[in-house]
Amino acid sequence: MLANEQAVTVDNLVPECQKRYDEGLRLIGVTVVEIKAEDTFDVLYHFDRDLQETHLRLNVPREAPVPSISGVYFPALLYENEIKDQFGVNFQNILIDFGCTLYLEPEVMKSPFCTFTFARKEKGKEEA
Amino acid sequence: MRTILPFGPQHPVLPEPIHLKLVVEEEKVVEALPNLGYVHRGLEKLTDIRDYNQMVNIVERVCGICSCIHSLNYCEAVEKLMGLEVPQRAHFLRTMWGEIHRIHSHLLWLGLFADGFGFESLFMQFWRIRERAMDLMEATAGNRVVISTNIVGGCRKDITPEQKTWILAETDKIEKEVRALEKTILDDYTVKKRCCGKGVLTKEQAHMLGAVGPMLRGSGWAQDVRQTGYAAYGQLDFEPVVEYDGDSYARSKVRFREVYAAADLIRQCLAKLPEGEIATKVKGKPEGEVWHRVEQPRGELFYYIKGNGSKNLERVRIRTPTFANIPPLLAMLPGCELADVPVIVLSIDPCISCTER
Amino acid sequence: MFEMTKNVLQNLMGKSSTRLYPFTKREPFERFRGTLDIIVDECIFCGTCAKKCPSQCIEVDIKGRTWTCDSFACVYCSNCVEACPVQCMTMEPVTKPPAYEKDVIFYKGKPKEPKKAKPKE
Repeated sequence: MLANEQAVTVDNLVPECQKRYDEGLRLIGVTVVEIKAEDTFDVLYHFDRDLQETHLRLNVPREAPVPSISGVYFPALLYENEIKDQFGVNFQNILIDFGCTLYLEPEVMKSPFCTFTFARKEKGKEEA
Repeated sequence: MRTILPFGPQHPVLPEPIHLKLVVEEEKVVEALPNLGYVHRGLEKLTDIRDYNQMVNIVERVCGICSCIHSLNYCEAVEKLMGLEVPQRAHFLRTMWGEIHRIHSHLLWLGLFADGFGFESLFMQFWRIRERAMDLMEATAGNRVVISTNIVGGCRKDITPEQKTWILAETDKIEKEVRALEKTILDDYTVKKRCCGKGVLTKEQAHMLGAVGPMLRGSGWAQDVRQTGYAAYGQLDFEPVVEYDGDSYARSKVRFREVYAAADLIRQCLAKLPEGEIATKVKGKPEGEVWHRVEQPRGELFYYIKGNGSKNLERVRIRTPTFANIPPLLAMLPGCELADVPVIVLSIDPCISCTER
Repeated sequence: MFEMTKNVLQNLMGKSSTRLYPFTKREPFERFRGTLDIIVDECIFCGTCAKKCPSQCIEVDIKGRTWTCDSFACVYCSNCVEACPVQCMTMEPVTKPPAYEKDVIFYKGKPKEPKKAKPKE
């Protein structure tokens, strides 16, 4: 457990981020940890203002969809695309979705950092 | 009529392989789309097969310009996780090597920036001054760039009193030579025409888009992670360097003045260097979660480490400053002319090997 | 406009700032980590250096008493030199010269000496 941490669910993730945006916090990064024992992913969001940090923790099972926060925080799209490439977390409605081609080639079907192979390649790139 | 121009990954003014798709309409850039992945090595996955002591060497090799600061961050995070108390002398030595690294990184960037708009002789002059910093690192630590002096628990090598006087003399020489070149780059009419007013990032935009480092400080925010007081910074006094214009010229001025601030910090460090041991014994295995931040020359570096009680760490997550500076770049590029794109891309100080580990 | 004139005149009058490399070489600093070497007669073949190496380039065979190092995979970090319990490895401050093909440093230690019988107390 980290200090200043709050647990969220898939439903109140975007309202919580909107609240933090209105208070003036900036997003430091998004981290994903794979919890092998329970077959879930732990998605962590880190925020900061004036060198004070707070975090949000979201625990989702393997293939569950996660709403994207790139509508609220524009930099989040780069983090979410990278996590989609490496771990295969199912983010929905990212503003600019590279479709798993940011790091990986189109013919690669496995997620390299994850022990579970979840092949979800979407065809083509959507441009904002 | 819109055309799509590919910029990079190989380009004469681009020091690192990033690919930008520029949508151009009559010499003005309308949109930009990045593409990464040309130097991805998958270093975060190596924790599965290398234990937490060998990871120090791997983490150093994430970036070739700021390697000492990556290993400082990793060692401090693991020490926080295991509850180790590092001796004071090790803190001061680590700070000193970190500041020498900052000088060498900023001088490298200043040379590349001058080369970016064609001023090659100034590029050579800056890199000649940088050779003094490389000699300092080679003589005290063993290698020019990847110095491998930080270990979990302290430092590996110590400095002798003769080396201490030599470091102070060389720092004075570096500062004098950089001051002699300052007027050439900052007061020059051509340089100002190419840099002032290009790539403007307002104060609001810089904060909400997540800019870090000199990009944030060039737009008016006096925020520097060194103010949190990790390593020996709590016992040294310094002020963050701030400029208010938000364009490429302001960012180069921030980096210039940081070279002088770093030289001053080295002198303070060596004046207050306490006697004592340089490392403690490490007992136990890492378990739990921790995060830690330090100030790299390019911005704020963030580590998240999770251990599960065995010798191999479960997850090492590295978020580098250039990764956080790319969204502001995408917001700065629309509206500028095609000839300004290299200057703007260089002014964020891209380090793509850090971004893609 | 004339700020760099002093610099230009200094460069013209003074000596060249580069050295003619193959003919004049710079003295290496003594802490520089250049090449790895081992005094194999003192080695006890415990395998600690192989365990600590981050690039896994050392192989130690206890039974056959051999020590092998792939010098082109080595990153010259000197973790092995500091981990060795009998301090039989050294780092020379000379850079490894370029070569036409990859080679491996191979040493075979002398056979184990029989244990001297302890005098009965």
